Amino acid sequence: MRYEMRFSGSGGQGVILASVIVAEAAVAQGLQTVQSQAYGPEARGGMCKAETILSRDRIWFSKVTSPNFLLALTQQSLDRFAKDLAPEAVVMADSSLAVPADLDPGRVLRLPILETARDKVGKVMTANIVAVGAIGKALGLFSEEALYEGVRRHIPAGTEELNWRALEAGAALVSDEQAAAFRQSLD
Amino acid sequence: MSAMKKAVLMQGNEACVEGAIAAGMRFYAGYPITPSTEIAESCAVRLPQVGGKFVQMEDELASMAAVLGASVTGVKAMTATSGPGFSLKQENLGYGCLAEIPCVVVDVQRSGPSTGLPTSPAQGDYMQARWGTHGDHPVIALSPASVQETYRLIIRAFNLSEKYRTPVIFLMDEIVGHMREGVVLPGADELIINKRHISYHDGANKQCYHVPEGQYVPAMKPFGQGERYNITGLAHDESGFPTGSNAVAGALYTRLMEKIDHNLDDIIRVEEYMLEDADTAVVCFGGTTRAVMSAVEEARAGGMKVGMFRPITVWPFPEARLKARLHTLKRVLVVEHNYGQMLLEVQRVAAEKLPVAFLGRYDGTVITPSDILAKLREMEG
Repeated sequence: MRYEMRFSGSGGQGVILASVIVAEAAVAQGLQTVQSQAYGPEARGGMCKAETILSRDRIWFSKVTSPNFLLALTQQSLDRFAKDLAPEAVVMADSSLAVPADLDPGRVLRLPILETARDKVGKVMTANIVAVGAIGKALGLFSEEALYEGVRRHIPAGTEELNWRALEAGAALVSDEQAAAFRQSLD
Repeated sequence: MSAMKKAVLMQGNEACVEGAIAAGMRFYAGYPITPSTEIAESCAVRLPQVGGKFVQMEDELASMAAVLGASVTGVKAMTATSGPGFSLKQENLGYGCLAEIPCVVVDVQRSGPSTGLPTSPAQGDYMQARWGTHGDHPVIALSPASVQETYRLIIRAFNLSEKYRTPVIFLMDEIVGHMREGVVLPGADELIINKRHISYHDGANKQCYHVPEGQYVPAMKPFGQGERYNITGLAHDESGFPTGSNAVAGALYTRLMEKIDHNLDDIIRVEEYMLEDADTAVVCFGGTTRAVMSAVEEARAGGMKVGMFRPITVWPFPEARLKARLHTLKRVLVVEHNYGQMLLEVQRVAAEKLPVAFLGRYDGTVITPSDILAKLREMEG
C-alpha cells in the first residue's frame, strides 16, 4: 500500500499544517509516512500544495505523482489538481466549490468545511483542523488519541478547546456510509 | 537501549539541528534563507535551552566569520544557508581551511544560479562545495538522503571536522531539508562524539601549529583562555606567524591536502544497493536517492539488473570504491538535480571502461522514478 494524499488551498489556510498533522497521526499509529510541501515565495494568498504519503512499507520516492486523495479548499486548487489523480482517487472538496467538468462528481465528497469552521466552530482559520477531523473519520486509519496528539503538537497553548471542537465538527461532516465508501479507495 | 523507541515526526532541517546539538554544537551564527530557514529557527529555540548561543548576523560573510571566531575559542560551531549565501561564505570558508578551524557549514541547495527558484529543489552546488573557495584546499562534504540519516550524518560531520581540523560542508537539498519523516532518535550512549583535541601546553614545543610526529593536525589551543598565539590566513609556520618561505608554505599546503588524502578510508562512506549482480549502477546523492531507490526496486521487480551507488561522502569523491565496481558492471547512469556535476567525477573514473549516461533536471521540478525507469530502458534498449 502506498497511499498518496495531496492537500491544496490558498496560503494561510493551513493546508500544510493539515498534512503535517495527518503525518503526525500516522507516525503515532506506527505507519510509515513522508510529508512535504510546495509553495511560492509569497507568505499568504498564493496557491499552496502539501503532500503526505502513508504506507506500511519503507517509502522511498517522497513526492506525490498520482494522488489517491485530494483535499481542495479553493476553486483554483481543485481545478488544477483534479487533473492528475489516480483512477480511483477520492476528492474532498469544500462544498462552496464547483466540481470541474473533467472530474467525475461521484468521486467528490463535498463537505461544508469552511462554513463549519466559520459558523459552528466560530473561527474560519480552524478550517484546516475541521478538514483533518473529516479526513480522520473518512480514512479510519488513526485512533482518536493519535489524531488529537497530532493536533496538540502544532497548536498554540490555550487553543485546545477550539481545536477539539473543530476536529469533532469535521468528523461529524462524514457519515458512516461515506466513510465506508471512502475506504474502498485505500485498497 | 530499547529497540522499541518511538518514532517522532521531524523535518530534515530540524533533524540537522537536533543532530548538531547531540554532536556538541553550541554556537550558531547565520542569516536565514529558504530552504534552510528552519535550521536558523530551530537553533534560535534550541541553543538557549542547552546553554548555547544563537546569533542572527547581518549577512552570510559575517556569519561565517562569527562561526570561525566561536570555534577558535573552543566551541563547536555551525552555520546554515542555501546557494546564494553559500557563495558569500566562500572567502571565510577558505580561511577556515588554511587556519585549520573546525566548523560545519550546511548548504540546503535550491534551484538555479543567483536567487533562482528559492523554494524549489536542486543539487547545483556540488562543484561549488569542492571548488567554491580559491586555492588548493582540503574539502570534506557529506550529503544525507533521509531525515534519519541527516541526524546521524551531521554528527559525523562534526566528528570529521574536529578530527581533521577543517570546515566540513553538509550538503543538503530542498528535498531532504523540507521533508518530514518518522525518526527514531538514538540515545546519547549510542552515539560516538569526537571531542576536540585540545592542547594548552605542548610540553617542550609550544608552537601552536606544531604537528607531532605521526599526526596530521596540531592540537588546538582555545583562544581567550590564557595563551596568546597568532592565527592568520597567510601561509604560516608552526608558530602561527606568516612565513615567506616557499618550503615552509609548500609543506603546510601539502599537509593540508594529505590530512584528507591519506585518510580516505576513514572519511569516505558509500551506500551500495543491489550491485552484486547488477549490469547497471545508478549513481546519485542526497535527495535524488529517493527516486533512484524507488526506480531500482521497480526495475528489479521487472527483471532488470540494476543497483545503486550512492556517495554519502560526496567530497572527496569515492573514486576507489566506484572503480572496484566497474569490472562487473556494463554501464553507469548518473542521476542528479543539476546540469551534470557529479557526472564529471563519474566520467573521470569510469568513462574509459564503460558507457556513462546522464539524467539531470534543473528546472525546479523533481526527477521521478518513472523518468529513471524510462532512461534505464532506453539504455538497455
